[in-house]
Amino acid sequence: MTNQTVSILVVDDEPPIRKLLRVGLGSQGYTVSEAPNAKAAIELMQIERPDLILLDLGLPGMTGLDLLGKWRADGLDVPVVILSSRTDEAGIVSALELGADDYVTKPFGMNELIARIRVALRHKFQQQGEKPVFHTGDLSVDLVKRIVKVEGKEVKLSPKEYDILRMLVQYAGKVLTHQFLMKQIWNDSTDVQYLRVYVRQLRQKIEKTPDQPRYIITETGVGYRLREVDGNE
Amino acid sequence: MPDDRTDPKNRPSPDALLEHAEREGRGRLRIFLGAAPGVGKTYEMLMAGRARRADGTDVVIGIVETHGRKETQALVDGYEVIPRRLVEYRGQTLDEMDIDAILKRRPALVLVDELAHTNAPGSRHPKRYLDVQEILAQGIDVYTTLNIQHVESLNDVVAQITRVRVRETVPDSILDEADDIEIIDLTPDDLIKRLQDGKVYFPNTAQRAIENYFSPGNLTALRELALRRTAQRVDEQLLNHMQSHAIPGPWAAGERVLVCVDSQPGGAARIRYARRLADRLRAPWTALHIDTPRLAGLSEDDKDRLAMNLRLAEQLGAEVTTIPGQNVAQDIVHHATANNFTHIVIGRPTRSRWRELIEGSLTYDLIRNAGDISVHVISGTERNKEAPSRRVGTATEQRPFDVWPYLLATAYVTGSLAVSTVLDQFLDVRNLAIVFLLAVLTSAVTSGLWPALYACLVSALAFNFFFLPPRYTLTIRDPESIVAFCVFLVVAVIASNLTARVQRQAVAARSRARATEDIYSFSKKLAGAGTLDDVLWATAFQIASMLKVRVVLLLPENGTITVKAGYPPDDTLAEADIAAARWAWEHNRAAGRGADTLPGAKRLYLPLRTGRTAIGVVGLDNDKQGPLLTPEQQRLLDALADQAAVAIERVQLVADVDRARLAAEADRLRSALLTSISHDLKTPLAAILGAAGTLKEFAPALPEKDRADLLATVVSEAERLNRFIANLLDMTRIESGAMEPNHAFHYVGDVVGSALNRAQKITAEHRIETDIPADLPMLRLDPVLFEQALFNLLDNAAKYASPGSAIRLQAWVDNGAVILQVMDEGPGIPPDDLERIFDTFYRVRKRDQVRAGTGLGLSISRGFIEAMGGTIAAANRTDRPGAIFTIRMPVPAELPALGTPLTDDAA
Repeated sequence: MTNQTVSILVVDDEPPIRKLLRVGLGSQGYTVSEAPNAKAAIELMQIERPDLILLDLGLPGMTGLDLLGKWRADGLDVPVVILSSRTDEAGIVSALELGADDYVTKPFGMNELIARIRVALRHKFQQQGEKPVFHTGDLSVDLVKRIVKVEGKEVKLSPKEYDILRMLVQYAGKVLTHQFLMKQIWNDSTDVQYLRVYVRQLRQKIEKTPDQPRYIITETGVGYRLREVDGNE
Repeated sequence: MPDDRTDPKNRPSPDALLEHAEREGRGRLRIFLGAAPGVGKTYEMLMAGRARRADGTDVVIGIVETHGRKETQALVDGYEVIPRRLVEYRGQTLDEMDIDAILKRRPALVLVDELAHTNAPGSRHPKRYLDVQEILAQGIDVYTTLNIQHVESLNDVVAQITRVRVRETVPDSILDEADDIEIIDLTPDDLIKRLQDGKVYFPNTAQRAIENYFSPGNLTALRELALRRTAQRVDEQLLNHMQSHAIPGPWAAGERVLVCVDSQPGGAARIRYARRLADRLRAPWTALHIDTPRLAGLSEDDKDRLAMNLRLAEQLGAEVTTIPGQNVAQDIVHHATANNFTHIVIGRPTRSRWRELIEGSLTYDLIRNAGDISVHVISGTERNKEAPSRRVGTATEQRPFDVWPYLLATAYVTGSLAVSTVLDQFLDVRNLAIVFLLAVLTSAVTSGLWPALYACLVSALAFNFFFLPPRYTLTIRDPESIVAFCVFLVVAVIASNLTARVQRQAVAARSRARATEDIYSFSKKLAGAGTLDDVLWATAFQIASMLKVRVVLLLPENGTITVKAGYPPDDTLAEADIAAARWAWEHNRAAGRGADTLPGAKRLYLPLRTGRTAIGVVGLDNDKQGPLLTPEQQRLLDALADQAAVAIERVQLVADVDRARLAAEADRLRSALLTSISHDLKTPLAAILGAAGTLKEFAPALPEKDRADLLATVVSEAERLNRFIANLLDMTRIESGAMEPNHAFHYVGDVVGSALNRAQKITAEHRIETDIPADLPMLRLDPVLFEQALFNLLDNAAKYASPGSAIRLQAWVDNGAVILQVMDEGPGIPPDDLERIFDTFYRVRKRDQVRAGTGLGLSISRGFIEAMGGTIAAANRTDRPGAIFTIRMPVPAELPALGTPLTDDAA
């Protein structure tokens, strides 16, 4: 993917973090603009049209969560990646439910952040045109024929297991909250343990060591993510 | 020849050393002691304070009364004076020493005039000497002034010498506590001259009284008292010095003083004399009371006086002994010789000549039988009437006239009459008297003296009327019968008297035994009570059940006094009751219903005392009208209250000690925390700063490889710092109790997976083996907390086990719980440390080497696991070296019902 045209708005009240992101993302070819608080961010949004926003939840004054809510209410569909502290699972889940695309927890590695940004951007650009067959590692999922193969051998999945896998594949690399998955698959979001039961069964079928999963990663307290692994890992 | 060190005679006395140790950390007390007002104590104190100030000591005036004297005022100028505290009392504004301001100011030395002063009501302490004790306890030195007349044990003597009784006294113990006593001496002539010059201030006293007081004779006597008391003090110091430096005797020979306490007026003077005597001889002393049967017949005033005297003796430090007896003189001498007493103090005989002739003289009997023991006979006269100032109105025990015993006596006599009528056939008429005697004795045993006398009379009449010839008349014919009749009458009266007395003694002994039993079981109960609540409850219950009253107990809290227990439970007090309770507490005297003060209150409030201070208040009431307690009950209550007060104080002291121990433990933890934090924060920071600084300054000059190394150091050290800070945050969450586990049903395997995922970097050099069956039941847990607990265990394993070794996680179901084990192949845990490794900041030390770590991880694991209802334990592997951490989580009783969604699995 080329980055020349991609611009990112960083909303964070800590100057060292903004500086780090400016240098780090700049080195990857992204154009970076900065806002230290919600007010400045709203103003900047009217001048520039960034392709992605990095949003700190702990802003002074109007919080990141409020700002996100306002943007989504205004109909802005720019991808948003949340910057959060480790112990704030509840805040992360709220932000994801408000329409944030993904999150990283502080302190984060630059690699991790750039991976999240890429996934978020890719889903924005590819939302409609899914590839018919998804490959990662030794897992392949044919979304048209509904065939799942591990190491080339077909794996029998129950309809619900397949639905979960399909959702994860569609949003590959992106975190999906429990609530989101429940809503999509059961049209109901009350009994999260159903989801855990099926994810467990799914792992038994597609993971080589279900206790140390390679593909379906648990984001503790938040949800699940399908990890795309390099072919020769 | 024995080694000096092992010879007990040459070792310092433990008591002397203990006393020495107790003084450490306390302020020093110097008392300027004068024989009379006007000798210049305040002046001397101010001069001495100046001298200390000149040496650079921080000296302030707590309170000094100049009474407008110029030379004193001149000395006060230049001192820092702590402003006084104004107290409103009954429309008057009084000013008192402000103890809080002094404690806040914390000078090295504070000057406090008039040690014997009584503080205004509502002050923290009723007496100034208590303020001084508190100041001393805070490590502040005190200079203070005192007149000899205010010393408790000399109070009587001074009153006798001067005919002026001062009400403000300080206990003798404060003189004993003083580090220095400086006597301010002035010859009587000089003092009288000062008085005439108007230089002596004597408050609220008529001019005549002053002139009487300041007679040369009085002043000489007072001066001698002051000098003697100081000399005695100096003796004590010498003795103490000799003891603590193990200088061998001559000690005071084994003197012991026995004071006899009875219900006669003047007992208090005798007790104070005994205390002075014992003090002078440095001898232990005992107050002895002989409990004779006659006591039962004492008036309530006498009983009160006796109880008061015994209490006074106890307060002055005597050992109080009560023994039952018949012959007072013999019993005293017997007790004294048996217990090696060398002095007996008794009162001057109070019986009239006439009664002494009949009953004998206790004093003479005692002196005659005393042998080697010195007998001190003390005049009992005191200027102020030692009226038993009953503080509380009590009901007198008036039993209403009861007709039953007399009916019973009549019945016995009628019975005897019937029996006699039968026996009359066979026996001589005069022998029938014996049968009637039986009726009299039976009445005496069952009903007491008066019914027995009544039986006497009726028997005599019946005997005469029915049996003595001429029969059926009240006249007696032959002289023999007259003699028989008279003998019968005398024998009957004496016998009924004796029998009734024996019976009364038996009843008294029974009730005493019962009371003693009750008090004993109460004290046992108190001794067993561990918490303040237990003690209070037991006290309330005991008083309520023994006196048949309702009880509330109040203890001071935050400067006021509040209800802490009650039987039956009741914690609402009316305004008047609160005021009465407060008053009782502050003044250490009774208040409320039936007392002199605030009688409008619903309850009667009595202070609970230990030694000198009130530690709480007991409130009593019942539904009856009139006085609440009989004198007997009042005395019983005193005994119960004394025991309860001691028990409460004991529990409070234990609590104080506990608090101090906890504080010390908290201190230890804090310092461990500081050490740990400063080490664990600074080490990675130093590495990061160093590496980053080097890169910034010398990057161009460094080879590529070194630059990469430094960068890697920055990253890994920053990660380490991050883990440490996360741990600190977790610990804070546990310790602040702010943790609210977010429970839901999860598979252990899932959480293990995410923990392993997070620990990937730190376990990169170890082999991870997992054996977690897929069919384990779901558990109720907070995945975030559980993952962190596991992560810390993995971190710990990776830290202690060498790279390349295996870390194994295995799980199974056991007896209603899921067991999850983390095993490593490290050196294992020293057996002594198996439990301690879960302590905060504990790290296993081995050959001086401490692993990098905070000592927090395992304690967080335990905190989290336990918050989720599980347990965690450490052990060592038996198959090979290595540690095993075992987490045990209960399988929830209700597993989620998952049947329905699973059935749509037809693939």
